[in-house]
Amino acid sequence: MTTDRQGSLNASRPAAPAASGDSAFFWAGADRGELLAQSCADCGRLRHPPRPMCPHCHGTGCRVVALSGRGTVYSWIVAAHPAPHGFDAPPVVVLVELEEGVRIVSNIEGVPPERMCHGLPVMVAFVPAGEGRQVPVFRPRSEEGCAP
Amino acid sequence: MSLSRNPDRQAAVVGIGQTEFSKASGRSELQLAAECIRSAMADAGIAPAEIDGMVTFSLDNNDEIGLGRCLGIENLNFSSRVPNGGLGSVGTLAHAAAVIESGLCEVVVIWRAMNERSQYRFGQPMVNQAIAPGGGTGFMEWCAPFGAQTPASWIALGAQRYMSTYGVDNEDFGRIAVSQRQYAATNPAAWFHGKPMRLADHQQSRWVAPPVLRLLDCCQESDGGVALVLTRLSRARHLRQPPVRVLAATQSMPFDTEVATNFYHGDLARMVEGEATARRLYALTGLGPQHMQAAMLYDAFTPLVMMQLEAFGFCGPGEGRDFVRDGHLGPGGRLPVNTHGGLLSEAYIHGVNSMAEGVRQVRGSAANPVPGVEHVLLSSCFAGAILGRDQN
Ligand SMILES: [Zn+2]
Repeated sequence: MTTDRQGSLNASRPAAPAASGDSAFFWAGADRGELLAQSCADCGRLRHPPRPMCPHCHGTGCRVVALSGRGTVYSWIVAAHPAPHGFDAPPVVVLVELEEGVRIVSNIEGVPPERMCHGLPVMVAFVPAGEGRQVPVFRPRSEEGCAP
Repeated sequence: MSLSRNPDRQAAVVGIGQTEFSKASGRSELQLAAECIRSAMADAGIAPAEIDGMVTFSLDNNDEIGLGRCLGIENLNFSSRVPNGGLGSVGTLAHAAAVIESGLCEVVVIWRAMNERSQYRFGQPMVNQAIAPGGGTGFMEWCAPFGAQTPASWIALGAQRYMSTYGVDNEDFGRIAVSQRQYAATNPAAWFHGKPMRLADHQQSRWVAPPVLRLLDCCQESDGGVALVLTRLSRARHLRQPPVRVLAATQSMPFDTEVATNFYHGDLARMVEGEATARRLYALTGLGPQHMQAAMLYDAFTPLVMMQLEAFGFCGPGEGRDFVRDGHLGPGGRLPVNTHGGLLSEAYIHGVNSMAEGVRQVRGSAANPVPGVEHVLLSSCFAGAILGRDQN
């Protein structure tokens, strides 16, 4: 059990699995508090989730770049039932559109479901997961949230 | 596959078979698969030994070799598995029809059999042990750490964008569930036979993924098996059942979609995979939504049905809510949908029970028959088919 910076108590959320070598850099970056993505070495376009070839120019080379962590909420739900593994309270799951133009599935913390809305400006934060790892989550950039 | 003029080069569904639908079958998945195929072959009047092609889709635990040893198959020429799980289920018809039309196979079976309630449950949260680079589960790496560990959570996350774009609420989805339950109530094969429900029952069911899904927006978990058998039309005309022609069938996998979702596509208020399926089917046949008398639309979760209505052009973007509200999906409606009760109310045999219902509607043998059926649309979002009556 760990306590995050906002004081809510989380059971140990599942760490990212090492599904393949193609994504290991992303989770290693999260452990260091960095939100990373692949940028094609040939055409420069970003891609997420990671993959070993650029779908636009088919180059296999890529640079790993740090993203700003700033984005907006694109869609959201509460994962209520059955209770997901690793959470004491139902998490708000969000699809965040990052300002660099890629989307990522994550959580939002610090906004109750009734104040969620599309376009809510958010900023990345890193929270503990199982096995001593970290995962990126998002928090609102202002205190307000959205009008209920 | 496309439409051929030569009846030796057209595919028809000539047999359907199924086990009972339950929550505990009491026998192995292999036995369920063998039983439903045996029953489909008997329906067609073809000996199981004649099977020379076998098609299923990802997540079926039965292998072709084990089934061949049960059914006495002597000369298997072809087997394949479609990706996307149940959302690819109708793609099995594209594979079966293609190998019949090419002349590679004479008798092809499609099956899906599972103890998805008594042995394992797709509705339970899945974490790392379920994730592997292959098998279409790699996307879970990007969902499981955030508590999106069920199909309901994945579908809901996309559908929420649709809801808020068009002002749809959970009650609007509930009307789909109520309509399908009404069909199940008069379908003796359905788990919910004799059990209609009201919108209030739906609204009192617990939240699964607010603000999108309540429990009664979600399909059942079921044990059972369903099979279809196909052969060429020229032979089908001499068999036991009226031939049901496969006028067109296709898979569709637009760029950057995943096994069940398209989180990374431009506009999640649109179902791009359904739109691609629709475009292909209509182009192959020259038919359009106005030519369909009934539709079996993949309904693992109610929002998928509403979004398919729009993707296939039965109504315009954002008009699905009013189309449902006006009762067009129910008995006597403009487009009866999931007339067996669907995965919500008949059983969750991963879409293949809905394919069998499409066959029954063309034959005129459904428990809730739609009058004057010429064409039935089958859609599992990432695949689709148009079935038609044989005019001969
Ligand atoms: Zn590139």
